[in-house]
Amino acid sequence: MRVVGFTNAGLAFALFLVLPALAMAQDNEIEDIRTAIDELRADYEARITELERRLAIAEQNSTQAARAAQQVSQPAESGNSAFNPAIGVVFQGFLTGNDGEAQEEEGFVVGETELIMSANVDDKFAAYLTAALAFEDGESELEVEEAWVETTALPAGFSARFGRMFSGIGYLNAKHSHTWDFADQALPYQAFLDGRYVDNGVQVRWLAPTDLYLELGGEIMQGEDDPSGLGASSVFTNVGGDVGVSHSWLAGASYLDLDATTSLSMAHFVWKWAPQGNWKERNFVFQTEYLERRDSSTETGWYAQAVYQPIQRWRFGARADGLDLDGDDPRRYTVMMDWSNSEFSRLRLQFARSESAIDDGNQWGLQYIHSIGAHGAHAF
Amino acid sequence: MRRFMLTLLFLMASVTASAELEIFACEPEWAALADEIGGDLVTSYSATTALQDPHYIQARPSLIAKVRKADLVICSGAQLEIGWLPALLQKANNRKVLPGNDGYMEASSYVIRLDATANLDRARGDIHPQGNPHIQTDPHNISAVARALSERLVKIDSVNSEAYETNLEQFLIRWEQAVSRWEDRAEPLRGKRAITHHKSWVYLLRWLGIEEVEHLEAIPGLPPTATHLGKLTAEFGSGGADVIIRSPYQHAKPSEWLAERTGIPAIILPLTVGGTEGATDLFALFDDIVGRLIEVVGDA
Repeated sequence: MRVVGFTNAGLAFALFLVLPALAMAQDNEIEDIRTAIDELRADYEARITELERRLAIAEQNSTQAARAAQQVSQPAESGNSAFNPAIGVVFQGFLTGNDGEAQEEEGFVVGETELIMSANVDDKFAAYLTAALAFEDGESELEVEEAWVETTALPAGFSARFGRMFSGIGYLNAKHSHTWDFADQALPYQAFLDGRYVDNGVQVRWLAPTDLYLELGGEIMQGEDDPSGLGASSVFTNVGGDVGVSHSWLAGASYLDLDATTSLSMAHFVWKWAPQGNWKERNFVFQTEYLERRDSSTETGWYAQAVYQPIQRWRFGARADGLDLDGDDPRRYTVMMDWSNSEFSRLRLQFARSESAIDDGNQWGLQYIHSIGAHGAHAF
Repeated sequence: MRRFMLTLLFLMASVTASAELEIFACEPEWAALADEIGGDLVTSYSATTALQDPHYIQARPSLIAKVRKADLVICSGAQLEIGWLPALLQKANNRKVLPGNDGYMEASSYVIRLDATANLDRARGDIHPQGNPHIQTDPHNISAVARALSERLVKIDSVNSEAYETNLEQFLIRWEQAVSRWEDRAEPLRGKRAITHHKSWVYLLRWLGIEEVEHLEAIPGLPPTATHLGKLTAEFGSGGADVIIRSPYQHAKPSEWLAERTGIPAIILPLTVGGTEGATDLFALFDDIVGRLIEVVGDA
């Protein structure tokens, strides 16, 4: 017992001596273990976060892929109509009157109804058709305004167009009547080109690879009364650019050799403005053209016009146009106001005063322009 | 002589190799994304600014000249640019960037588009048959387009494929981190109700869990009418909406008019990069959007 007692006492004593040291040692060790665990935890947490992040991205990838796959597989109906061309119809008409002696139409006139179709033919060609349905002298007429095929795959900035087309000369020449800012065509176009130059032939355009817009073009056309069938030719050029973010401009010159004796030189300038370039609310357009026709004599014509849109839907415009002919120099002054409910409908009120050596007169008109179906983007 | 020829060849090769890809973006967000993914290998140009309504852009000569030189055209698509982009493509004589070729991509093809409708009637206004094209306001859509853009750049310019892939990876890491930051921050916005000028914000609102209760435009694309605004005043005069949102290019009057009569705060949110002073790049854009929303509706 004593021994045991001694042993116990000794043990107790020994423990008494050793324990604090042991405790200290243990404390250190616990601290170490804690630190190690903390480090491990931090490390694992970082790795788990990283794994979670990668999982999230992977999940996103797979959902996106699934979504894309889903979308791609949606429209799979077969049938002939899947490749229908874009089809649009533009309706135009006038209620018009005048007090002059000129033989102008009066009353309610249904203008040209334009039927427009276009589509890519394949990977190298696109085609375009505009047919105008008109009523003249109590009869319905169908006129092919434009029917052309254009290349889409020529290299080096070239393109070629062949068929029946509005020539690329001037600025207004290639504009369809529904995009005009006034109900009627400018006087020099009416006088020298019977409205516009449209013919059968080939057109080639080249666009320079520069920041300044520079386009060169040329055409060989059938022309009138020419036995060879290639009686007319033209060249034209356009340059344009921006001034700051709010202004942009286009200028051009063209020359048309109409037949052996007649030629036409033209120059145009267009300037457009919208605050910050935001066209939707407010905008302003100024455009002017000069035409000179030479055959046995030289005649010139010009117009200048400005159109302002102060608020969405409403536009106001003024135009002066005139001709300098042999023995007469008619002038015309036109104002218009139009309201567009949307891009697809427009109502226009127009008043014009004409002055010439033969006759002075006033003319007014109320015009509607409505379009349904696909409607192509308008050029500048 | 031979040495001269070799030097010349080397010079030509290095010129070709160092030539940057020209990227024509229809909207600023895609130009900004092209800079992120393309880095120094590309130069990007945006056809529009954040202060312009991308539905209504003139097919300007300067834009045609840019498309003529472009290696890649990237646009929102879904008919957003239908009023002007086709005219640019037709005049630009650049076969590389025509639809169907590698040089043409529509961002909205790579995300789920909302509001797609089979009921196509223009009496319903400016509707987009392929869905709402304003996809850039959901940052998850940006990730999806970033992936598609990187793939496209690899296809066009395979010599630099590694760079595009690395840029994408690094962008996505930063972007996903930013997205979770925005999502945490925008938590208080969940369940709030918004009136918007035009349906430009459906992706943002769905992402943040904000309910879109009404639009200032009675018919999409047509200006808000007095009748419709009167109706909204009656409907929301005693609450029911927390914020009125418009883009920088939209007319201020209708939303201010309604705000004055209903007491609902009206704010401008940048629809894209450059829309506000703060929205200098894609990251700052969402910082700004979330910040502006929190400022007016984040308290309750």
